[in-house]
Amino acid sequence: MLQLNGLTKVYNTGDKALSDVTLSIPKGQVVALIGPSGAGKSTLIRCVNRLVEPTSGSAVLDDVNITTLGSGRLRKMRRRMGMIFQEYALVERLTVMENVLSGRLGYVGFWRSFLRKFPQSDVDEAYRLLDRVGLLAMADKRADELSGGQRQRVGICRALIQDPSLLLVDEPTASLDPKTSRQIMRLICELCEERGLAAIINIHDVALAQMFVERVIGLETGKVVFDGGPTELTPEVLTQIYGEEDWEATIEKVEDEDEEAKA
Amino acid sequence: MSVALDSKLGTAWKKPPFISSRRVRIGFLIVALLYLFLATLGTKGLANWLAVFGIVEEGFKFGRIDRFFSGIDVNWSRIERGLARGMQFIEGFMNPDFTSRLDDIKQGMYESVVMTVASTVVGIGISIPIALGAARNIAPLPVYLFCRFVITVSRALNELIVAIILVAILGFGPLAGFITLSFATIGFLAKLLAEEIEDMNKVQAEAVQSTGASWLQRINFGVQPQVMPRLIGLSMYRLDINFRESAVLGLVGAGGIGATLNTAFDRYEFGTVAAILLIIIATVMVLEYLSGIIRARIK
Repeated sequence: MLQLNGLTKVYNTGDKALSDVTLSIPKGQVVALIGPSGAGKSTLIRCVNRLVEPTSGSAVLDDVNITTLGSGRLRKMRRRMGMIFQEYALVERLTVMENVLSGRLGYVGFWRSFLRKFPQSDVDEAYRLLDRVGLLAMADKRADELSGGQRQRVGICRALIQDPSLLLVDEPTASLDPKTSRQIMRLICELCEERGLAAIINIHDVALAQMFVERVIGLETGKVVFDGGPTELTPEVLTQIYGEEDWEATIEKVEDEDEEAKA
Repeated sequence: MSVALDSKLGTAWKKPPFISSRRVRIGFLIVALLYLFLATLGTKGLANWLAVFGIVEEGFKFGRIDRFFSGIDVNWSRIERGLARGMQFIEGFMNPDFTSRLDDIKQGMYESVVMTVASTVVGIGISIPIALGAARNIAPLPVYLFCRFVITVSRALNELIVAIILVAILGFGPLAGFITLSFATIGFLAKLLAEEIEDMNKVQAEAVQSTGASWLQRINFGVQPQVMPRLIGLSMYRLDINFRESAVLGLVGAGGIGATLNTAFDRYEFGTVAAILLIIIATVMVLEYLSGIIRARIK
């Protein structure tokens, strides 16, 4: 389980991106992190795996304090946290298989990875994951030949092959069309359930978040202003997070879509 | 309609000028034109010119400012003599003589090719680690400063100067040329490769890093694929430059086809000179064609 204690990030420019964020996410729970652009959503998940160094506070995953680890121990800890990115962040000139196998880099030595001689068990797992997301036939294609939705699936495989206990997901659907967005969200949530993974999903689309997650956290100028179930997101709450706007349409749409999804 | 909009409608729009003050702008223009005029004319010319109007006496000297406006003297009688020599040269080109010094040309070309290939390979080998160190987004500050220093030294010292020093140390021959070109390759390739690395897509490398990859693995998986086409293109271009430079370095005794060329000049064998120049041109064209094919294949 993940525990954040008073996590704070002040950038060199003096901007306070996160202020005193404290929350805990139990094993296997999928959480949506919503909030306006610049609220600190990306900073929050990057502070967890320390792609961004937090200024103060701590992030503790499975009783290990990530914030104080040296670089070697940090690398070992990063294997436990899979990350999925907004613009897929695949290495475009590498093949799909190389991209998926790069999720094992924390486990294999430099020469093995340099010669692309990954252990057979890793290769098998990569094939299994690609098959699970329906991209087995694409294994030897270059990543930049795939469509957006396909690329994000490869990104999901890369995160899952790490065998993580936590997924950090940064705007997974921001560059996808509405249908693909839903498919990707559904896939992420299904895989989390299958593997008992906890996940923090940054997401702009409130309606989409409500459809798939069990808990929503609202962030506004670096502070947690809402923490509750998806049905508790009332127009008042959305106004508090995003500011004044007519929210009825957004919420109503969710209910419609929910029924449609069930049907 | 707002008042702000009302006052704008119907007025012409112009791109805001780079220098906002009109006076300064026109002042700069006048000073620049005046300098250009004086520099080409020279103070001597200016004095003569002013003397025509009776403003100064014949033979007037401007004193100290002469240094800034010495002008570009044109010596017409020298040009007349030179033209005849130029004609000789061009005649030589009409009759390139490949045969009478064939052995010398072969030997020179052989040296040049070896020098070029060896210095390019060694130069690239040294450039890659230096380029990694000189990219601010992947190297720590002390390493960055050191690598940038190496690059700057290599770029500041012109090939000819390095070659002259090395010929003095190592004696005549292609060894001096080889070391000179390897050294020059570092300044060129490491600088451009480092800039390519700094311009790369950051998230791709970040994604590799987030899996728990080590620094070397991050370079191999996250950086190398992004910069490889550029590295290959630059290497081909450097091969081309090194070959052309090898022809110049021969003039200061650093071996290669340049040495053969120099000898041919000294003997006034313009036919042989022409033959050598044609060979150099042909080789550069072949290299250009090859690099075109290679670059088209890696995209």
